[in-house]
Amino acid sequence: MAYSDKVMDHYENPRNVGTMDNDESGVGTGMVGAPACGDVMRLQIKVDDHGIIEDAKFKTYGCGSAIASSSLVTEWVKGKSLDEAGQIKNTDIAEELALPPVKIHCSVLAEDAIKAAISDYKEKQAS
Amino acid sequence: MSSPIYLDYSATTPVDKRVAEKMCHYLTIEGNFGNPASRSHQYGWDAETAVEQARIDVAALINADAKEIVWTSGATESDNLAIKGAAHFYHKRGKHIITSKTEHKAVLDSCRQLEREGYEVTYLDPQEDGLISLTDLETAMRDDTILVSIMHVNNEIGVIQDIAAIGELCRSKKIIFHVDAAQSAGKVEIDLKTLKVDLLSLSAHKVYGPKGVGALYVRRKPRIRIEAQMHGGGHERGMRSGTLAPHQLVGMGEAFRIAKEEMVSENKRILALRDRLLNGFSDMEELYVNGNLEHRVPQNLNLSFNFVEGESLLMAIDALAVSSGSACTSASLEPSYVLRAIGRNDELAHSSIRFSLGRYTTEEDVDFTIKLLKEKVEKLRLLSPLWDMYKEGIDISTIQWNAH
Repeated sequence: MAYSDKVMDHYENPRNVGTMDNDESGVGTGMVGAPACGDVMRLQIKVDDHGIIEDAKFKTYGCGSAIASSSLVTEWVKGKSLDEAGQIKNTDIAEELALPPVKIHCSVLAEDAIKAAISDYKEKQAS
Repeated sequence: MSSPIYLDYSATTPVDKRVAEKMCHYLTIEGNFGNPASRSHQYGWDAETAVEQARIDVAALINADAKEIVWTSGATESDNLAIKGAAHFYHKRGKHIITSKTEHKAVLDSCRQLEREGYEVTYLDPQEDGLISLTDLETAMRDDTILVSIMHVNNEIGVIQDIAAIGELCRSKKIIFHVDAAQSAGKVEIDLKTLKVDLLSLSAHKVYGPKGVGALYVRRKPRIRIEAQMHGGGHERGMRSGTLAPHQLVGMGEAFRIAKEEMVSENKRILALRDRLLNGFSDMEELYVNGNLEHRVPQNLNLSFNFVEGESLLMAIDALAVSSGSACTSASLEPSYVLRAIGRNDELAHSSIRFSLGRYTTEEDVDFTIKLLKEKVEKLRLLSPLWDMYKEGIDISTIQWNAH
């Protein structure tokens, strides 16, 4: 199967790979997917005092499209408010990366990862 | 490096130049293009002679009689003809068939078809090393069992089943024994004078012959009958109609003749390369060999690089032509059914790569492969949250995942 140039670029030069300390204030972690399905994404965001995502990190176990999708969303969420980030749709990710139909689930997973990270952050703030 | 290094000989092999050269003489007006079934002129007689020599060469590799060879279009057709043909012919004896979960799809799907026709099929679970337990097989046998179909060498993990012992067991119970030998012919010695195998499927293109041609061995003593699946001019003694393709058959014959001559020395050379490859990875963490390493053809090495997903690894090692047990490229997202059947967990099944070595594999190819794999696996593990968790001592199997 041929991958788009954008998938190849993110796959070969993934952006914002890394891990944040989950106990640090302002950090929200979203882990979605399952090893059984062949992909697991961990997306972490760091939110500043004004509710803006100042940093994002990811690690992904999965195919090239899954790695590219998560790499892309780390770029997209940075600088956005939580509300704005929560509005990122899987279709935008799939379109940007020109994902073929069998890889759409990778973009769905990336959207889920953002939502999971945001809700983790919010839960921590509430407690 | 312009083209990827080919390490997928279990998928197919290039046609040996000696084979291709010979095939070319059976196509054009200058060559021997006749129909072997033409009985009225020299063209037909010459084609028949060539086809019969090929039959002798194919039979010789498995120590069978040429009269026991039925030409087909490949091992898939041979499997279909053997399983459906025997089941249909012997349906009055019983309707029970035994096979295993790690068989090739040509066997499994033929059995599924028979189930739709009212037959009953038992699918044996292999042991963790990929081998079938004789006890399990014997337990599964019933009074109405008519056929056992067990492959000789598995296409994904390369393990060699004990077809000698299985054959003895089947013969003692008067059950017909079919063996898919597509992956073993030319790699493992097959002596049908001593083996109690009744039907055996062969493919040309796994043995440096052309694609689109194969054969089915049908035992004459004791005589095994099969019902034709392809009807027509009554070729191949009525078992498989259709004009024979002399260029293809001559190619298969020549490929099998070469295999018989070179098998021992080739296996020795390839085993050294396989060991070199495996030893090259010996210092890697979380590396698993899938399937029994001892009862295995030297051409196959199936490894799981834990915590790295197979398809992304394939992308990273695109300088190699190998295959993965992870089927993420298909819509199903199901990992290899063979690896699942031998009890590999999902992560390991998704992390597997099959290296299959062959006639043209060199030490340089192997050394390049080792270096590339180590580098890319390390890179992908640094990207993998599962690797992080492993390093932190978290047992991944205890986590509640949300399967999607």
